Amino acid sequence: MEASAFPISGEEQALEKRPKDKRPRGPLDGGSKWARWALRYSVLFYLAALLIIPVIMIFIRTFEDGFIESFEAVTSEAGLHALKLTIITVLIAVPINTVFGVLTAIVLVRQKFRGKAFLNALIDIPFAISPVVIGLALILLYGPRDGFVGEWFFENGIQIIFSTPGIVLACIFVSLPFVVREVVPVLREIGDEQEQAATTLGAGPWQTFWRVTLPSIRWGVTYGVVLSTARVLGEFGAVSVVSGRISGQTETLPLFVRKQFEVFNQGGGYAAAMVLAALALLTLLLMNLINKKEERV
Amino acid sequence: MKHDGDRPIGIKVEGVSKRFEDFLALDDVTLDVPEGSLTALLGPSGSGKSTMLRLIAGLEQADSGRVFLEGRDVTGIPVQERGIGFVFQHYAAFKHMTVRDNIAFGLKIRKTPRDQIRDRVKELIRLVQLQGMAHRYPSQLSGGQRQRMALARALAAEPKLLLLDEPFGALDATVRKELRTWLRHLHDEVNVTTIFVTHDQEEALDVAEQIVVMNEGRIEQVGAPRELYEHPETEFVMGFVGEVNRFGNALIRPHDLDLGLVKVDGAEEAMIERVSHLGFEVRVELSMASGDRAWAQVTRAEAEDLELEQGQIIFARPSRTKVFDNGKEPDTAPTDELQVA
Repeated sequence: MEASAFPISGEEQALEKRPKDKRPRGPLDGGSKWARWALRYSVLFYLAALLIIPVIMIFIRTFEDGFIESFEAVTSEAGLHALKLTIITVLIAVPINTVFGVLTAIVLVRQKFRGKAFLNALIDIPFAISPVVIGLALILLYGPRDGFVGEWFFENGIQIIFSTPGIVLACIFVSLPFVVREVVPVLREIGDEQEQAATTLGAGPWQTFWRVTLPSIRWGVTYGVVLSTARVLGEFGAVSVVSGRISGQTETLPLFVRKQFEVFNQGGGYAAAMVLAALALLTLLLMNLINKKEERV
Repeated sequence: MKHDGDRPIGIKVEGVSKRFEDFLALDDVTLDVPEGSLTALLGPSGSGKSTMLRLIAGLEQADSGRVFLEGRDVTGIPVQERGIGFVFQHYAAFKHMTVRDNIAFGLKIRKTPRDQIRDRVKELIRLVQLQGMAHRYPSQLSGGQRQRMALARALAAEPKLLLLDEPFGALDATVRKELRTWLRHLHDEVNVTTIFVTHDQEEALDVAEQIVVMNEGRIEQVGAPRELYEHPETEFVMGFVGEVNRFGNALIRPHDLDLGLVKVDGAEEAMIERVSHLGFEVRVELSMASGDRAWAQVTRAEAEDLELEQGQIIFARPSRTKVFDNGKEPDTAPTDELQVA
């Protein structure tokens, strides 16, 4: 095959460029310079007062009583166990919700069936119901004495409530919507033409998913994973109900923080809280790094 | 139906129907496409042309009827195994892959050895003239470049059949013209049986060797561009391929409407509503004495001779008209002098 003899001329070789100063402006962004300034600073003040300052306070108080002293609580046996349990919970709950979240999103966007709107609404239940109620619901179902299915599990030597499985189930429940809600709009936006193109090029459903669909939605998945992780790390209400809060056994890091305050070890509480915050930030950073590596642009 | 006797049939569509809910997209359609030809499916939106293309590709399944590719019945065969290349109107570029990876996709799926992929991609990049852009992402390419990349991607695994769904529909007029000339040259080089869908009659006339005119889920006529233009079998074909004026039930091409300053046999008085100069061609909009509106296409020289201008009264005489009974069958011979009333 020879290179085409028919030349393509300078056909729009240049890329589309939008001048930087010609950004579209929102309705609140149009007015005077002063109005824009006021809008910007009121938003910044709101963020500072309600988000940034409280978080900074934790860091300040942690180091106020001396670094070593504060961290004694975290490095105690109960503290380390709480940290371990929290990480195990994240490592089980988040992957499960990621896989099923992506599958659910694909079903919701790509398939047509009766009751789809109902399924869509169902996904948001964990957002609508108080975590404490979720915890109680899980006890009713999985409780060892008179739980709907819990009794059978208990008789067969599997304890769910007041044990790790219960904590994981509670965390899966509360963090279920995140991946679905982040992936659905991305899937809808990319459409299915790229997938169709892949099939015309010989790719089967599985190859199409791994090579085309998943890479296209990876930012949605990433954000969903980060949000799920943060939620599972910090979940208090539902876990508090189902775990029984047994120190050194069923105590996760947020429960441990609360315990430290109850026994008037505030320094320890701050330190544990700081570890929690650091873990959340680490997740965010990690996910960003993974995606940056793939981007290559 | 007509096809080249000396070329074997590349694609055969036999009695195919397809319904989408309460819309009949294809109504018992039968078509032969000669191997190695360049065929256009031409029709207005909703005529079933895209559905037909997607059925041949295997992206849609027919409700009834059969599809054969090079003699093989592929009706139940999934799209992956049909050995086709498909180009989408909106490119369907893999946005997360570079130009090179986009083109190599089909070869990687087929587990082609690496060095062969490298050579083939290089060859295709040269063919579609994207040299130096192998490492760019689709977002860094213009529309025309993206579509050329999509074409290279479709050709990479050497398909038996190349299908293009309104391939230039999303591009601006200049690029569109350039790419369609280029497609014709490309077809001469790779010589793969090619079908493209378009609603633009000029595009079909310019590029295709054979045009299939579709309307309301049926094929109206199949033929070479010139044949369709000069011998349309139905009123729809005459109106869709080329432009027409309508005087009662007679159809007249704008260039078959002769203008003169004196009344001759068969001429009708008309007032000039507007004169548009489109380069070599001049378009004259007329308001006929009978109340019909029409337009005539004349050369610039003719327009200057007659000193045509708005508001002027002149005489228009159709040199060739066509009358279709029931809008279906043409009357007698292709050349019909206007019957003087």
